Amino acid sequence: MWTEIGTINDIPKLGARVVQSGRGDIAVFRTADDEIFAMFDSCPHKGGALSQGIVHGKAVACPLHNWNIDLVSGDVKGPDNGCARTVPVSVNGDVIRLQMPDVKATGTDG
Amino acid sequence: MKKKLIVIGNGMAGMRTVEEILKRDTDKYDITVFGAEPRENYNRIMLSPVLSGEKSFEDIIINSREWYADNNITLHAGDAVTSIDTDTKTVTSENGYTHSYDKLLLATGSKPFIIPVPGKDLDGVVTFRDLDDVNLMLEAAKKGGSAVVIGGGLLGLEAAVGLKANGMDVTVVHLMDTLMERQLDEAAGYLLVSELESRGLKVLTSANTKAILGEGKVEALELDDGTVINAGLVVMAVGIKPNTALAQDAGLEIGRGVKIDDQMKTSNPDIFAVGECVEHRGMTYGLVAPLYEMGKVLAEHLVSSDVVAYEGSVTSTKLKVTGVDVFSAGDFSGGDGAEDIVFRDATRGVYKRVVIRDNKIEGAVLYGDAADGAWYFQMMKDGTDVSDLRETIVFGQAYAGGGGGDPLAAVAALADDAEICGCNGISKGDIVSAITEHGLTSLDEVKAVTKASASCGGCSGLVEQLLAVTLGDEYEVQTVKPMCGCTMHSHDDVRHLITAKGMKSMPEVMQELEWSTPNGCASCRPALNYYLLCAWPTEYKDDNQSRFINERIHANIQKDGTFSVVPRMWGGMTSADELRAIADVVDKYEIPAVKVTGGQRLDLFGVEKKDLPGVWADLNAAGMVSGHAYGKSLRTVKTCAGQQWCRFGTQDSIDMGIKLEKMTWGSWTPHKFKMAVSGCPRNCAEATIKDFGVVAVESGYALSVGGNGGIEVRVTDDLCIVETEQEVLEYAGAYMQLYREEARYLERTAPWVERVGLDHIKANLVENPGMRKTLYERFIVSQEALQEDPWSERATGEKDSHEFTPLKIVA
Ligand code: SRM
Ligand SMILES: Cc1cc2nc3c(=O)[nH]c(=O)nc-3n(C[C@H](O)[C@H](O)[C@H](O)COP(=O)(O)OP(=O)(O)OC[C@H]3O[C@@H](n4cnc5c(N)ncnc54)[C@H](O)[C@@H]3O)c2cc1C
Ligand code: SF4
Ligand code: FES
Repeated sequence: MWTEIGTINDIPKLGARVVQSGRGDIAVFRTADDEIFAMFDSCPHKGGALSQGIVHGKAVACPLHNWNIDLVSGDVKGPDNGCARTVPVSVNGDVIRLQMPDVKATGTDG
Repeated sequence: MKKKLIVIGNGMAGMRTVEEILKRDTDKYDITVFGAEPRENYNRIMLSPVLSGEKSFEDIIINSREWYADNNITLHAGDAVTSIDTDTKTVTSENGYTHSYDKLLLATGSKPFIIPVPGKDLDGVVTFRDLDDVNLMLEAAKKGGSAVVIGGGLLGLEAAVGLKANGMDVTVVHLMDTLMERQLDEAAGYLLVSELESRGLKVLTSANTKAILGEGKVEALELDDGTVINAGLVVMAVGIKPNTALAQDAGLEIGRGVKIDDQMKTSNPDIFAVGECVEHRGMTYGLVAPLYEMGKVLAEHLVSSDVVAYEGSVTSTKLKVTGVDVFSAGDFSGGDGAEDIVFRDATRGVYKRVVIRDNKIEGAVLYGDAADGAWYFQMMKDGTDVSDLRETIVFGQAYAGGGGGDPLAAVAALADDAEICGCNGISKGDIVSAITEHGLTSLDEVKAVTKASASCGGCSGLVEQLLAVTLGDEYEVQTVKPMCGCTMHSHDDVRHLITAKGMKSMPEVMQELEWSTPNGCASCRPALNYYLLCAWPTEYKDDNQSRFINERIHANIQKDGTFSVVPRMWGGMTSADELRAIADVVDKYEIPAVKVTGGQRLDLFGVEKKDLPGVWADLNAAGMVSGHAYGKSLRTVKTCAGQQWCRFGTQDSIDMGIKLEKMTWGSWTPHKFKMAVSGCPRNCAEATIKDFGVVAVESGYALSVGGNGGIEVRVTDDLCIVETEQEVLEYAGAYMQLYREEARYLERTAPWVERVGLDHIKANLVENPGMRKTLYERFIVSQEALQEDPWSERATGEKDSHEFTPLKIVA
């Protein structure tokens, strides 16, 4: 189910915002080139909130112990191992939509 | 009998289609063209060189009046079509002609977008679309004076450069933070701004126009932030919208443009459309390449019965400003598995970025050397597999071996008067001439002759590089540890080069020092942000996104994602009112824990992020400000009871501590910075394991530096004894400033003092009172810019409110 969550300008360049969902928080990132990526807001290491990290290139550095997570794949870069769960994103004009992971349909869209 | 084809619009798309038809068959159609403009068909994109004076109108005419006559085309120039009747298959023009058609072609182009601000209709507000606009601008330019161009895209910049060439004083006002943001990335945008500024244009980014001011005619432009720019001419170049009014009145299907299928057919089977007025597969275009392709497809369809399809166009952009080489194509915003290759050559002002995905080029941005633009573009359109070229592709088609950045480039490019050694005021010219005149061949010899790098040694890397640049291969530079994987320069070199070259922004540093990534990493960005802030305290705009979360939102992140809040308690003193306010906040926000810290104040643990502004607002209301317990900044100034209460106290340590904290709070430093003041040598405030320690003695205050109680305990080194509180303040400020200017990011004072030596510190602070005063003054100037409570700005919601609210809550 694709859900509209806001526009590109709602997120600072090289920053992130959080979408709260029934399945947990989702971090939505914006790169310097205005690409948008989304993944569950939990570091594969010890669950750090990735939305709070420093975004650089197409990666985010976890705020707790500085693991680097690839925004495209959710994979941990460098010597450490693990993978954060990504969420599909579509951007049409300025509008961002996320393909919300299946939750029981609630009848409404949002 | 010939069929009747009527073309509405004597512009580039319409006439290109007619040319394509004639190429295939000169007899099939009896062609009539209506053009709103009172002139023959010309090359619209060349209006920019006409404006700048590099071309005349005659130079850019595509088809002369004779051409229309020779090809039996009836041209109604200066006569716009006012309606289409699809039932009778006729069109009617302004001059009252009614003509019938068998096939009708709409090529009405687009209209400049006018931003709906007050004053938009004043005399002297123009757009940039046709020859009449150019003539208006040239007329205005004759009178001289100032012009403002709204819009920093392709069109706006070409207008700005053209007006400048006509002697006007030009300011470009752009809504976004990067020029041509749809075609360029930040790095190329930075280079473009520098180039335009060096040509005397003024560029204002993130600038939103509020109103155009004037009585009857334009006098000035006002921005959102209150800035007023005087101007006798305002050019709006903020975008275009397809010109669809006629088609809409005729009942054709309209989206963003006139909707067409792959054969350029509108919703009416006898009416076709090409050019900027159309929408095809959801896309509209604002460049000529697509309309050439459309013209071909339509001509094929109208002349033969072959079915060819237009499948949309891939476009590239080039800025037509003489001497500025900019190229951009495709999408450089990647996606799954896209790979970024960056090349920078600071000496030549070159930046190239190629984005590859699945072994194919997906996009490219070139600045300063766009010669390979067409090569990349062709491979991109063809979907060429570039895996074999992968290693060298960014160097261009002619590349044959070698590669990588030149670590000496930045030093070679420095001006002769650029200061290399800040401690002793020695310039590049001084060092180079010493090397050549005295035949110097080593760092030590340069040190001995010039004194460069003889003090703190921070510039020794640069001196070595100057040796290498001057002596060539004879000199081998010691390899230094680079700041991070994005650069080959060390912390010291970067710091020195920032001041020597006068670099004032992060994109500038990354370009000039040839960073190998588009926007750095989590390790270099915070360091660069600090170095720039320290070098240009009153000018540099802090980049919040380059700060670690704690400094970005002014609280300490906890393992569970909540935050801790530590308000300042000046010199460790508090009051019933403060304690009451803290207790109230704890109750109101159900804060789970309160702890007395090792820094003599209270820590509120486990605050939800969304509650931070509320907590701060309540603490602010009781007069408390941020304690910066999270920052590479001044932390605490611990004090003991001192002369006010203690039977051994020799001076008022509490008062001294409060004064020190009031002077130094809010400063940013390479690493955290702590102080303490004890009232006597019993030293209950543990001053001798602080970054700056004060121990009161009978005759005054004993100052000591470089202590640390952390991972590796280090006792301070004695600096000197002073008599008055004012002297303590001056020494503390000067010492902090020396540390701020010299230490590497994330280097505490203890390792810094060990590295540069106590003698170096003493030489600056104790033995040279003039230097001490200057350092102290620089510290105070920077504090004036920094001492603002970060909590109060956020408590009121005026700053960074996006940090504390979710983007959206979904079920
Ligand atoms: C709250 C406090 C502990 C306490 O409850 O007493 C504390 C808490 C932390 N200290 Fe500390 N330090 C605290 C006083 C100290 C002291 C004692 C002092 O300041 O007198 C020291 C030793 C003195 C010194 O710094 O020289 C101290 C040496 C460290 C170090 C080691 C620094 C070093 O140079 O070796 C770190 C690690 C670092 O900074 O990289 C650290 C880091 C930390 C961090 C910020 C860890 C982190 O990065 O998240 C802790 C944050 C906890 C949290 O979640 O809020 N803390 N820390 C103290 C806050 C003082 C204040 O009011 O601001
Ligand atoms: C200053 C400038 C610089 C440019 N630089 C570049 C560049 O470097 N590269 C690039 O690819 N593109 C560039 N462009 C864009 C390019 O010029 C356009 O994409 C192209 O001209 C579009 O062709 P068109 O036929 O669709 O519209 P136009 O060329 O605008 O032609 C439409 C014509 O239809 C006429 N018309 C409208 N309504 C009616 C009516 N009812 N009756 C009769 N006539 C009517 C208009 O008067 C106009 O003459 C530039 C444009 C400008 C203005
Ligand atoms: S000593 Fe360690 S655990 Fe305790 S507050 Fe300091 S950093 Fe945290
Ligand atoms: S929780 Fe992310 S690095 Fe440890």
